[in-house]
Amino acid sequence: MTPPAVPGLALGRARWFRRLRLPTQPLARHMILALCGAAVLYVVTSSLSPYNDFEVGEIALYVIALSGLSLLTGVNGQISLGHGAFMAVGAYATALLMTHTHLNFLLELLASIGAAAILGLVIGIPATRLKGPYLAGMTLLLALALPPIADKWSTTFGGDQGLTTTVPAAPGTTNPEEWLAWIQIMGALIVVVLLANLLRSRFGRTFRAVRDDEIAASLAGIHVARTKVIAFVISAGCAGLAGAFLGLSTGVVNTGEFPLTLSIQLLAAMVLGGTGTLMGMWWGAVLLVYLPQWSTSLSGDFNLGSGASAYLATIIFGVVLIVAMIAAPTGIQGGLRWAWGRISVFGSRLGVSTPSVSEGPGATLHGPDQVRNSG
Amino acid sequence: MGLFVNITLDGLANGMIFAALALALVLIFRATRIVNFAQGAMGMITTFIASSLLGRGVAYWWAFLAVLAIGFVLGALVERVLIRPLQGKSELNPVIVTIGLLVVLEGVAGTIYGNSSRGFPAAYSQSGLTVGHTKIAFSHFDVFILVSVLVLMIATLVLFRATSLGLRMRASAFSGEISRLLGVRVGLLLTLGWALAGVAGSLAGLLVAPTSSFSPYFMDLVLVYAFTAAVIGGLESPVGALIGGLITGLSISYVGGYLGSGLQPLGALVLLMVALMARPEGIFARPPARRV
Amino acid sequence: MRQSSHTSIGRALVTGALGVTLGATLLAACSSSPKATTTTTANVPGVTATSISIGATVPLTGPAAPGYDEIAPAMDAVFGWVNAHGGVDGRKINYTYLDDGYNPANTATLTRKLVLQDNIFADIGSLGTPTQAAVQGFLNTQKVPQLFIESGCNCWSDPTYPYSSGWQPPYTVEGKILGSYIKANFAGKKVGYLYQGDEFGNDFVKGLDMEIPSASVVSRQSYDAATLAGPLSNQIAALKAAGAQVVAMATIPAATALAMLPAAAIGYFPQYVISNVGADTPTVGPLLSSFTSKGGGSAAQAKAATGLLNGVITDAYFAPEADVSNPWVQVEKKLLQDYAPSLYAKSGLDGNTQYGIALAYTFVQALQAAGKNLTRAGLVAAIAAHGKNFVTPGFVPLSYSSTVHFGFQGSEVIKLSSTAPPAVTPTGSWIGSTPVTPVEVTDIGSAPVTKYTGSTSTPPTSLVSTS
Repeated sequence: MTPPAVPGLALGRARWFRRLRLPTQPLARHMILALCGAAVLYVVTSSLSPYNDFEVGEIALYVIALSGLSLLTGVNGQISLGHGAFMAVGAYATALLMTHTHLNFLLELLASIGAAAILGLVIGIPATRLKGPYLAGMTLLLALALPPIADKWSTTFGGDQGLTTTVPAAPGTTNPEEWLAWIQIMGALIVVVLLANLLRSRFGRTFRAVRDDEIAASLAGIHVARTKVIAFVISAGCAGLAGAFLGLSTGVVNTGEFPLTLSIQLLAAMVLGGTGTLMGMWWGAVLLVYLPQWSTSLSGDFNLGSGASAYLATIIFGVVLIVAMIAAPTGIQGGLRWAWGRISVFGSRLGVSTPSVSEGPGATLHGPDQVRNSG
Repeated sequence: MGLFVNITLDGLANGMIFAALALALVLIFRATRIVNFAQGAMGMITTFIASSLLGRGVAYWWAFLAVLAIGFVLGALVERVLIRPLQGKSELNPVIVTIGLLVVLEGVAGTIYGNSSRGFPAAYSQSGLTVGHTKIAFSHFDVFILVSVLVLMIATLVLFRATSLGLRMRASAFSGEISRLLGVRVGLLLTLGWALAGVAGSLAGLLVAPTSSFSPYFMDLVLVYAFTAAVIGGLESPVGALIGGLITGLSISYVGGYLGSGLQPLGALVLLMVALMARPEGIFARPPARRV
Repeated sequence: MRQSSHTSIGRALVTGALGVTLGATLLAACSSSPKATTTTTANVPGVTATSISIGATVPLTGPAAPGYDEIAPAMDAVFGWVNAHGGVDGRKINYTYLDDGYNPANTATLTRKLVLQDNIFADIGSLGTPTQAAVQGFLNTQKVPQLFIESGCNCWSDPTYPYSSGWQPPYTVEGKILGSYIKANFAGKKVGYLYQGDEFGNDFVKGLDMEIPSASVVSRQSYDAATLAGPLSNQIAALKAAGAQVVAMATIPAATALAMLPAAAIGYFPQYVISNVGADTPTVGPLLSSFTSKGGGSAAQAKAATGLLNGVITDAYFAPEADVSNPWVQVEKKLLQDYAPSLYAKSGLDGNTQYGIALAYTFVQALQAAGKNLTRAGLVAAIAAHGKNFVTPGFVPLSYSSTVHFGFQGSEVIKLSSTAPPAVTPTGSWIGSTPVTPVEVTDIGSAPVTKYTGSTSTPPTSLVSTS
C-alpha cells in the first residue's frame, strides 16, 4: 500500500536525513541549538523596527527570569511568589555600580547575579523548612517588603527618580534598541544553555527527586536541604540578571518597577508557558510582553470607553489564567508536546519513522496523591 | 505612654480584621488544602455590592446581612466551578487559578465601579471611646469589630467541635476517600467549607472598608497580612487564625508606629520567618507525623 | 512513546521553524499598530496637513488611578472642542493616552511605542515622577517634547533635558507658600509634618522648612504610598503625642482622609494645612463620608465630610470648582458637559477635570504660538518665548522662559469654609472655600514668597461661546 504523496515525505524517508543526529552530549547539543537560535534571532532583529527590537529584548530578559523560576518551581517544586524582589536586588546592584563606579559592564551584570544570589541564599535557607503554601506566603511578603526599603533610604537608592542605567555604546551605526536587544538575547541564550545543561545533569535529577518525594530522596542519599538552597540561589541569580536587564530597558531603576504584580505575573507566565520547561519560557515571555497590548487593541476594536477598556486587559489576563489552569495545565509547551506526539503518530501511520520526543526537563508540579511519571 | 496605648489598640483592631480573613483562609485550607489568594478580592466585591445597595437606600443592616449571604453563595460558586476541576492535580494550579480570580474580580470591580473615590460607612460610630478624660483610639466600631469576629470564631469552633455537620466536615478534609465510603457527602461539605469562608471574607470586607481607601485594591494588603496571620497560627486552626491575627496586627502596628509605615511588610516578613523557623507548621498545628 | 537519547536535526529544525514562524507572525501582527500611523509631512513626525498626533502615559488602572484617570479624558474634551472648531491651523489634535499603571517599566515600553511606532509629535500631559523620570532621557535623546508633565517634581526644569517641562506648581513652591502662611499666622505654635515618603513629600517639606523655623517643628511623620492600606493612626498618634497644633500635610487624597479619620476618632483636631494635591473637596469628601455610621444617606455623609474639612487650609492656583461665579469655572463646566458628557455625569467638575482642561488649553495655545510651520524644536521654543502670555485659568501667568521650564509658580492660600458656596457634583455637595491671602509667587530656590501684583486672565470669547 503506497502512502499518499505528502510533501517532504521523501525527505523524511531518506536514509541520509534520518541519519543526521545532533551530538548526544548535552552541552554540545544545547550549544548548537543555541547557535541556531542566535542566527535566527539575528536575522529577525535586523529586519525589525527599533520598537520591535526593544520588545524582543524585553522578551529575552523575561525568559531569563522565567527560566530561573521554572527551575525553582517546576523542577524543584518550591513555589515562589517573590521573584520580583530578586529582580529588584539585581537591578539596584547594577544601577548602584553604574552610578558610583566605572566598572566593566560585564562585571556590573555579574554583580546583579551575585547580589540576587546572596538574597536567594538568605531566603532559601529558611525556605527549606517550608511546604507549598507556607513558602508561597513568605515569598509573597518578600516581594512586598523589599522595594519600600529603597524608598526609605532614598538618598542612596535614588528615590522616585531612581538610579540611571547606562547601556554601553552601540558599535558603528547599530541603533541602540537593537544593540540592547542583542545584549539581552545573548544573556538569555547563555542562561538557557547553562540551565538546560544543568537540568540534564545529576543536579537536574536531584532537583526532580527532591520535588517528587523528599523522604525517598533523602533515603537515597541526597542532601535535601542543600539541593533546595542551591535551586533557590540559581533561580534568584537568574532573576537578578533579568532585573539588571529590566533596568537597562527602562533607563532608570526605581521601586515603581517592582510591584507585587510583577512577581505574580512572572509565576503566571511561567505556568502558562509550561511549568518546568525551558522552551516554554519563551512563550511565557511573549505573553507577558504582548498580552496587555493585544487586550488594549482588542478593546479599541470594540470601542469601549477608556475606563472599561483599561481594565479589560486585567480581566482577560485573569480569565486566561483560570481557563488555562483548568483546561490546559501543562501550558503552551505542554500543548506543543502533545501536538508533536499526535504528529508522530500520524507520521508513523504513513510509514515515516519520525523522531520520538526526547524527555525534556519538564513535568508538572506533583501533588502528594499523584502517580509519578518517570524522570 | 499614650502613644503606646493608642498604637496597641490600633494593632488589636487591625489584628481582629486579619483574624477574620485568616479564618476564611483556614476554613478553605482545611477543606481543600488550597490557599485562596482571591479571598480578599471576594470580600472586596461583596463590599462593593453592599455599597451599591446602600446607594439605593437599603438600610445598613439589611445590606450587611444580604452581603454576608452573597458571600456564602459566591464562595460555594467558586468552589464548584473553579476549584472542583482541579482536585487531585498539581498544587500549583489552584494557586494560579485563585490568582486569576483575584485579577478578574479587581478588573470587574474597576470596570463597574470605576476609579472614583468613595467611602463606606461603618456600622457604628468611629469616634473614640472616652476613658478617663482622654479619647482612646478605640471606638464603638472597633468594639463591634472585636465582638463580630469573636462571634464568628466561636461559631466556627462550635460548628467543628460540637455538631455532627462539623464532624463530617473535618472527616472529609482529613480523609476524603474513607469519608465517602462511610456515606459522607464529601463534595457538598467541601463546598460548604468554601461558602462559610465566603461569609468570613465578606465580613472582613465590611469591617475594613470604612477605614480604607475604598478602591478595587483595598483588600490586597489585608489579604497578605491575613495570610501571614493564618500561616503563623497554623493553616488548619481557627484559634490559630485568631491568635496569629492578633500577633500580626500588633507587630505591624508597632513597626509602623516606631519604625515607619513603609517597613511594615518587612516587619511581617521577619515575624513570619521567625515563627516558621520555630514551628514550620504554625503555632497551633498538630505536629506533623512523617510517613516513610 | 519510546524514550530516545538522541534528538534528530530534523526535529530541531522543525521546532525551530515553528517557533520562528510563530514569533515572526506575532511580531508582524503587533508591529502593525491598530491606530493609523500618521504619515509625515515635511519630515515632522506626527504632523500632517490636517492632524497632529500626541500621546501620553497615565495610570488608568491600579492603586494610583483613582482621580487621576479623569485628567486625560478631560484633556480630550478640550481637544474635542478644538477639533469641532477647525483645529489649530487647520490641524485636528489626536490624543492617545495609554495606561502604564504607574509602573515605570511599562512607561518605558509604552513611550517607546508612542514615539518609535506611532510617531507621535509630542508627549503631552503624562503623569508621575518615577514614571516620567524613566523616559526623560529617552525623550530628550529622541528630541521629542515631554511637555506639561503632571507632577510637581523640581526635576522638570533641568538644562540637561531641554525638551522637558512641568506645568503645575512645583511642590517646593507650594511648600514655601503654605509654610510662609503658617509662619505668619501660627507663629509660636507647634507644627507637625505628615508627608508622603517620596519626591512629592520630600520636595514639599523642603519648601516648608525654608519658611517655618525648625524649632517650631515638633514631629515629622511620613507614610509609604505603596503600602497605604489603612488609617495612618500611628502617625496621627505620634503627632498628637508631640503636641502638634498645626499639621502640614503633603498627602494624596486617600492619605488625607486616612489621616483625618483616626485623628477625629481620638478627638484630635489640629489646624490642618494640606497640599492642593490632597485637598480637592469632591475627591476627599466621599472618602471622609465613611465617618458617618450606617450610611444615613448621602446628605449625612456629606455633612460629616463638611464637618471634618471645615477650617482646613490649602492653596489653589486656579479658581476652584465651587467658585461658580468665576467665568473660567463656567466655561470649564460647559466644555465638559458638551464634549465629555459621560465624564461629566460621573465626576462633574472637580479638581482633576479642571486640571486636565487647563493643561490641555495651555497646550493648544502653545500650538498656536508655534505657528503653521510646526516642528518639535519650534514648539519648545514657542513655549519659552510666549508662555508667559498664554491665557489660562491660573491666578498667575506661566513662568516659561528659555531657562525656566516650570509652569505655574504661585497660588493663593484658601480656607475650606462651610459658609462658602459648596461645590456641587454628581456625587454630592462638597464644602467650598474662601481665599485668606492674596495670590503669592515664589520659586524653588531661595526667593521669598511675595505678593503677585499682576492680573488674572479671563477666558476668551471663543472659548466661552461653546456650542
